Amino acid sequence: MEEEELVQKKMMFVMRKAPHGTIYSYEGLEVVLITAAYDQDISMAFIDDGVFVLKNDQDTTGIGIKGFMKTYFALEDYEVEKLYACNESLAERGLKKEDLIDVNIQFMNRSEIAKLMEEQEVLFPF
Amino acid sequence: MKLAVLILDGPYNHQAPDSAYNFIQAALKKGHEIIGVFFYDDGVINSTKLMEPPQDDRHIGKRWSELGKSGIDLVICIAAAKRRGIADDVLIENARISGLGQLVDMAVAADRLVTFGD
Repeated sequence: MEEEELVQKKMMFVMRKAPHGTIYSYEGLEVVLITAAYDQDISMAFIDDGVFVLKNDQDTTGIGIKGFMKTYFALEDYEVEKLYACNESLAERGLKKEDLIDVNIQFMNRSEIAKLMEEQEVLFPF
Repeated sequence: MKLAVLILDGPYNHQAPDSAYNFIQAALKKGHEIIGVFFYDDGVINSTKLMEPPQDDRHIGKRWSELGKSGIDLVICIAAAKRRGIADDVLIENARISGLGQLVDMAVAADRLVTFGD
C-alpha cells in the first residue's frame, strides 16, 4: 500500500441554524462525525439560531422525528472537544448557561469567534 | 488555486446551484482548478436525471452532467441521497454517489472550500 501523508487542517463547523425545522443542523453534525474519523483539527461554533442546538431537555416526540441530541454527549468520544457558543446569540435568544446541555462549552463574544474563524483553513457552514 | 465546491440546496428551489455553477465557470475561466463538487443536504437533488424543466428554462441537471463530462468530479453524498430517493438508477451521467469521506478529502486537498446554500 502506498503511504499517504496525513494532512491535518483546522476545520470549523459553524452551526447557525436551529436543531429542528430544517435538516441542516443534523446533516451538518453527520459531517462532523465523519471528519473526526479523518483526524482533523475540528472545532464547532454555535452562532445565531445555532445556539438552540445546545438547549437542554429537548424532546422531539411531539414533532415525530428522531432527535440527535444524544450525539452531542458523545462528541468527546470522537475527540471533538472544541465547542464555542456565541454570548451575544445566547443573550439575544434569552438563553442562559444553565439552559444548556452539560457538555464542555467555551463561551465567547462574536469578535472572539470571528478571530477563530480567521485562523481556520476550512469553514463548513451548516 | 485548487478549489472544492460544496452545494447544500436543491435545483430551482434555491439560487445556490446556479450561483455555484456560475462560480465554477468563472473560476475555470480565470485558470483555477476545480478539484471536485460535492452535493449534500438537498443539494443531492441536483443529480436526478428525472428532472424535466420547461424548455425555455435552464436544465440544471444537464448542466451538471456536462460539467462532469468535462472532467470535473461530481460527488453525491450517499447518506443524503438515500434519504431523498436518489440512487444510481436515477443519477445523471458523469456524476457518482459516494461517502462523506470524499468531502473531507476535498476539503483537505483544496486551497479553498467554497460552500453554496442557506
